[in-house]
Amino acid sequence: MIDLSTIPSPLVQIVIGLIGVLAFVGLNGLVCVYLERKVAGHIQRRPGPFEVGPHGILQPLADAVKLVAKQMITPKGADPILYWAAPLISFAPAIACFLPLPFGPKLQNVSINVGLILILAFSSLNVLALCLAGWSSQNKWSLLGAARDIAQSVAYEIPLLLSLLPIILLTGSLNLAEITQTQGPWPWQWLVVKQPLAFIIFFVCVFAETNRAPFDLPEAESELTAGFHTEYSGMGFGLFFLAEYSYMVVGCALASILFLGGYQGPVASGWWWFLLKVYALLLVMMWVRWTYPRVRFDQLLNLAWKWFIPLSLLNILITALVVKL
Amino acid sequence: MIGSKLKETFDGVVSLLIGLKITFKNFLKPNLTVHYPRKTVKPEELTGYRGHIELVPKPENPFVPRCIGCGLCRDICPSGCIEVRSKRIAEEKEIHTPHFGLQDTPLDLTRKVAPPQKTKIEIVSFELNYNYCSLCGLCVQNCPAGSLRFSKDIYLASFSSRDFEFDLLKRLEKQAQARLKEEEEWTK
Amino acid sequence: MFDLELGLDLSGDFYTRHFQPTPSEDTLILNMGPQHPSTHGVLRVILEIDGEYILRAEPVLGYIHRMQEKMGEVKRYEQYLPNMGRVDYLHALAWNWAYVGAVERLMGLEVPKRAEYIRVITCELNRINSHLLWWGAYLLDLGAFTPIMYAFQDREIVMDILQRVSGSRLTYCYYRFGGVSQDIDDIFIEKTKEFCAYLKPRLKMYKDLVTDNIILRKRVEDIGIIEEETLRKYGATGPVLRGSGIKYDVRRKEPYSVYSELDFEIPTASSKDALGRYLVRMQEIEESLKIIEQALEKIPPGPHISPQAPRRPKPPRGEVYFAVEGARGEIGVNLVSDGSAYPYRVKLRSPSFSNLSMFPEIAKGTLLADAVSILGSLDLVIPEIDR
Repeated sequence: MIDLSTIPSPLVQIVIGLIGVLAFVGLNGLVCVYLERKVAGHIQRRPGPFEVGPHGILQPLADAVKLVAKQMITPKGADPILYWAAPLISFAPAIACFLPLPFGPKLQNVSINVGLILILAFSSLNVLALCLAGWSSQNKWSLLGAARDIAQSVAYEIPLLLSLLPIILLTGSLNLAEITQTQGPWPWQWLVVKQPLAFIIFFVCVFAETNRAPFDLPEAESELTAGFHTEYSGMGFGLFFLAEYSYMVVGCALASILFLGGYQGPVASGWWWFLLKVYALLLVMMWVRWTYPRVRFDQLLNLAWKWFIPLSLLNILITALVVKL
Repeated sequence: MIGSKLKETFDGVVSLLIGLKITFKNFLKPNLTVHYPRKTVKPEELTGYRGHIELVPKPENPFVPRCIGCGLCRDICPSGCIEVRSKRIAEEKEIHTPHFGLQDTPLDLTRKVAPPQKTKIEIVSFELNYNYCSLCGLCVQNCPAGSLRFSKDIYLASFSSRDFEFDLLKRLEKQAQARLKEEEEWTK
Repeated sequence: MFDLELGLDLSGDFYTRHFQPTPSEDTLILNMGPQHPSTHGVLRVILEIDGEYILRAEPVLGYIHRMQEKMGEVKRYEQYLPNMGRVDYLHALAWNWAYVGAVERLMGLEVPKRAEYIRVITCELNRINSHLLWWGAYLLDLGAFTPIMYAFQDREIVMDILQRVSGSRLTYCYYRFGGVSQDIDDIFIEKTKEFCAYLKPRLKMYKDLVTDNIILRKRVEDIGIIEEETLRKYGATGPVLRGSGIKYDVRRKEPYSVYSELDFEIPTASSKDALGRYLVRMQEIEESLKIIEQALEKIPPGPHISPQAPRRPKPPRGEVYFAVEGARGEIGVNLVSDGSAYPYRVKLRSPSFSNLSMFPEIAKGTLLADAVSILGSLDLVIPEIDR
């Protein structure tokens, strides 16, 4: 692999990194769609996609071509500017979130010491996009979906941040590469051993933040038909889709960096270990999606306010005491 | 109070884990899908299946249906999708009384016609409009000559409704020819 | 109403205008259906919602009206048989039975014992099938995608068994006046026994996967409580009624066929909520299995159709009502005969219609997600409502 830090100009470095990230996001979208459908199929004892290519491996590519080729329809009465800005606003910050992620020991786009905060800040922009999408569609289902999404994202942002504070207390850093370095290559040296509760809360919050089942309320299709993206067609829908998978990867990448030792592994540490952990967590997310029913809206908020926030506060308190002593 | 609440939560978490375990077990089990068209349903699993109706040939002549042209199937069909046309032809000995034989009458049971001497009925056409058929089986059950049965054609598909208007006599002929060919090959 | 700025006609159709006398600033009129994932067909419900709370709800019917009752008057008795499989496509055999039973009662036709047992076995198999599909579809409404596939796995076996004797997989036309169209064979009996043994561990798995799941429990517990008064007012029957603790089942209250010779329980639940209806249906599957096993033991030899069975029945003048217990409740056929080969009047009493009528009352004040849950727990089959 290329050692990104040897490239002299930071601007060139960022541009090359961005191209790499874009390629990764696109490829990851295809891989995730394929994985998702295969996991769903096998859990339901079906083969999943099977006809396009050997074992349906080209199916996501065919889907992508279909999405790109489809007509983009703006509904009557919709605000055309906001309506088409929404998918872009949803997708663009997802790219930015990839920049500070240390994929390998020397494979990091931007090594800044507030990497964690950068990711959390950019990923919060997604709410705005969904809100715009729901509002500008001139559709009642979209509006309801957007309303649900705002309440859900705001509620879950808090325990998400709170569950990360103990990590910062323990490592004393916001730089993701440094946090990785404080953990060792072996599983018992990972932070998940010290902070199991924080890991669980964080992971559940990732489900809620990325609108994945059982917390997929903004797009609950049996209630709101398709939620905020009811009216979107073609690549508008495709970008939302791609953004959702990108945020899933960002969430899983954060979880593996902060709790599971990032790119370090028992043998031959490197970016392969990082990808392995990320995709293992993604598979768990898919597995959960195809197992549970959807929670109700008030229960979802109850879970955040009554369980996760107090628990994560308690967790911070205990960690602070332990660190201090 | 708090104890019971905690226990409830614990049980809930356990129930979630059990759910995950079950789906994981199913994930590892083999697929059940029949990969049509590479694989099809086995013929023995089609016992009793009702496809569209077809004619049963006479045991001595596979080209001629058992049908006696009574028209009961046409009358009883709830959707009116069967059309039978038959004509009475005099047997060769009775060639002197031609005025009965040459009439090409669509069958009407209510009309009282004096029975001709020594005639036999030839089925001119037997058409089924499968588009309207609801596969109730009343025609098969009520056929006095046992001339109707259900086919086992389960993979019928087409872009045109015309393809489901069957001429059952032609079908019978094709089946008979296929059978003859099979028998010939077998004797060789 | 015509919005000049947007150029949209916002007045809506007759039902919408009828529904919105005073749209206030805070509420939203929402059309759920006719095409909506959780109305299972072409049911349309108009909702007035405040945030996510439902203030009023009104079902709009008639999108799949096929004049089944009128068709009964213009077709001869035997020609109307295939229609019955299409009224309720999920429990087609119960509708078959209700109609066939009504004609038999009118004519005083004796049905052979063996035919009665075959009817019991196939009807209960069909009931299991219907409940399994309801289970899967309800879980789909609640957002779980996998159970419906497991349910279809089991349904496939039942459909294979029923196809063996009836020839069809969904819209059966199997019962005839005075019996059934085809006798069952040894393979049918063997396969049915195998299925009974197979389904029991599956039901245990369903319980572990779904019924005990905390998320599901929270979605159905204390949701859509129906009081006895409401049930009586709208004439609700079936699992909806038994889910509120009322032990009413046509198979026991007005025993028809050989049900009085069979030993089975009528499951009820006292909780009156969606969970109660859910549990009643799951227990009914087990009871149906019990009935099938007993019937397979007891089935006598003999003809499968009465030798006196008429090819074209001409019942005497009179009026008759015959009810059977379907998967959704009491299925009734009221038949008036004027002595000809055509019925004078056929009235079909469909349980889904009565059960749906309660929806506006139950849904008032609930969340949108709960309304979906309630609608699912009523187990509606839309073609049966509109007929």
